[in-house]
Amino acid sequence: MDFEKANVAERLLLSGNEAVARAALDAGVSLGTGYPGTPSTEILENFSRMGGPAQWAPNEKVAMEVALGASFAGARTLVTMKHVGLNVAADPLFTAAHTGVTGAMVIVTADDPGMASSQNEQDNRWYARAAGMPMFEPSDSQEAYDFTLRAIELSEEFAAPVMLRMTTRLCHSKTVVRPERSIAEAGRPEFHRNIKGRVMIPAYARPAHKRLRERLARIARWNETSGPNDTIQAGKDLGIIASGIAYAHAREATPDASFLKIGLTWPLPTETIAKFVRSVNRCVVIEEGDPVLVESLRAAGMTVEGKSEQYRFGELNVNRVRRILSGDDSVEAAAAKGKPPQLCKGCPHRVSFEILRRLNCIVAGDIGCYTLGVLPPFEAMDTCICMGASIGVGLGLRHVLPDEQARRVVSVIGDSTFVHSGITGLVEMVYNPPKTGHVVLILDNGTTAMTGLQEHPGTGRTLAHQPTGQIVFEDLAGALGIERVEVVDPTKDPAGYERILIEALDSGKLCVIIARRPCLLVAGKVREYEKKRSAETDAHE
Amino acid sequence: MSSSVTNVVIAGLGGQGVLKASDILAEAAFRTGLDVKKSEIHGMSQRGGSVTSDVRFGDNILSPMVPGSEADFLLVLAADQVETNKGLLGAGGVLICTDRIDENALANRRSLNVAMLGVLSRYLEIDKPFWLDAIRSSLPEKVYDVNVKAFEMGRDAAAESY
Ligand SMILES: Cc1ncc(C[n+]2csc(CCOP(=O)(O)OP(=O)(O)O)c2C)c(N)n1
Ligand code: SF4
Repeated sequence: MDFEKANVAERLLLSGNEAVARAALDAGVSLGTGYPGTPSTEILENFSRMGGPAQWAPNEKVAMEVALGASFAGARTLVTMKHVGLNVAADPLFTAAHTGVTGAMVIVTADDPGMASSQNEQDNRWYARAAGMPMFEPSDSQEAYDFTLRAIELSEEFAAPVMLRMTTRLCHSKTVVRPERSIAEAGRPEFHRNIKGRVMIPAYARPAHKRLRERLARIARWNETSGPNDTIQAGKDLGIIASGIAYAHAREATPDASFLKIGLTWPLPTETIAKFVRSVNRCVVIEEGDPVLVESLRAAGMTVEGKSEQYRFGELNVNRVRRILSGDDSVEAAAAKGKPPQLCKGCPHRVSFEILRRLNCIVAGDIGCYTLGVLPPFEAMDTCICMGASIGVGLGLRHVLPDEQARRVVSVIGDSTFVHSGITGLVEMVYNPPKTGHVVLILDNGTTAMTGLQEHPGTGRTLAHQPTGQIVFEDLAGALGIERVEVVDPTKDPAGYERILIEALDSGKLCVIIARRPCLLVAGKVREYEKKRSAETDAHE
Repeated sequence: MSSSVTNVVIAGLGGQGVLKASDILAEAAFRTGLDVKKSEIHGMSQRGGSVTSDVRFGDNILSPMVPGSEADFLLVLAADQVETNKGLLGAGGVLICTDRIDENALANRRSLNVAMLGVLSRYLEIDKPFWLDAIRSSLPEKVYDVNVKAFEMGRDAAAESY
């Protein structure tokens, strides 16, 4: 194709995450909030880069609550998180479904089938059913853009929070987008009192639950007539029902089949689906993850085929869809084993795990780059469950183990993880101290390294790397009543670090040791942020 | 349909610029007006683990992932990753390894990824200006020149051996 003739003006090549961000910008979203987590992280980063108001919350629950408050005021809000983040935010999620919103609230849940970078493989489509919340599922970046706009509209029209379910492949795949900003202007935030609608005491929550079910029934009717569901009527031999990325794989695997692509996957457009099922001789549901859709359709009395159990695990792809369609349940060839990731050479976390290994500690671990301390050459981590669990699990071990073992237990947690959900663990430690005491190591590398170097409340910089209030861990631990609080530099003084850890383990006291040394990758960036900032302040003087 | 689709897989280790290379390729193909999909998994990749990225372009692309054993081109940036990934190549597919490039002649070793794209460019019908535009839009301005040099080097190397 000729270079001069190519017309690229109205086409963009965007990742799913960029497309969601662009739609939020085009819709005039007045607040984007969330907590980093692969594969969702780049949504807010891009939104901010494009000029949208975006901020990191300390965790997903707080993010959801901030967004809810803003949408009570009539604003359009976006809240983003990875799949497990929704577990943390599940408490406000369920009750927000009861209260509904005044403006718009779009909750992005980014699932990770195949666990490219996650601790479990949960399918968040269940949450839409459990909480009674509408859910959109885009199948490429264009739909990520379109459905974000439609989710905002639906949220405003029905006064309901709406979920947008992304998956790793969608978030991180780039496909062509033609952004067509077709949405009404956002209203101006203003407070209108609505006590019975927003104060969920039982007397007000009972009618709110009924309203929620009525609202869902209305949205289901809307989905039948106006929902983003597409039918491709081809032959009668085979019909495929799919949504999300599974649709793209299935279209390629069996291009001659008839298709029903469901865009709003909860509440389901049951009549539309039943009609499609009747129109073909064989109907197969192609879905990644749990058999969520197929079970719903069977419960509604439809005769549809699903997939065998082995395809519940991992991502789908074109070949796996071909196998499902041909009923091939033979053992699949294992994917080639690549090289596993490792802590960077010179990473400050290395020193901590060398010491923990040498001291033969029982390590209740946590999630971050430092989880790589579980792999050789360290193999110095004994548990890793969810963010913040290191402290609770460590305390539990201390409570019941025989003394000589209990004294070897250490909880190890990163700085971002500590802010996310470690603080209540320290409170528990002061409130229910094990009789052998306990030692918590906070690996403070001044960033959220694991997900790509995001700021958090302990860095004292905002999402856009501007200075803001800072949580000082040693002050916080002291204020909570931790008996011994130490700050060490693992790179400069590893011997001093080891000595302090040995003393802490022997002391029988409640100790917090903060190993402070920036991540190698963030150190240079922090210098840049500071340089830029001092240049800016100079310019203002 | 696969006849009108070009499937490229780029493989290497975290930190080698696999994702940057696939961004540039996708952007160059996109600028020709074709449909493009690019897919990758990045999570822990910055810490030296294996990384692969798929780029597909043609008239109409469906799945963003190159179906197993259907790659037309496999670019491998780290010698020890050839074995792991060569199963992705389809019959008649082309394997492009770092031995096509004199790494010592690169002004900056970090532009190996772009040099490899230079080699690939000889096999594809994407005019050079699209590549240069894609390099410009995907990398910081200050490393543009060094990367264009690397790209040319790969292109020349491929012309000799082609
Ligand atoms: C509920 C939840 N939210 C987000 C994530 C994704 N995630 C895993 S670890 C982590 C934070 C890592 O930062 P830090 O604790 O500072 O450790 P580092 O990677 O810097 O060593 C995040 C955001 C998650 N696993 N669970
Ligand atoms: S990115 Fe930072 S924290 Fe993570 S392994 Fe590398 S140096 Fe360590």
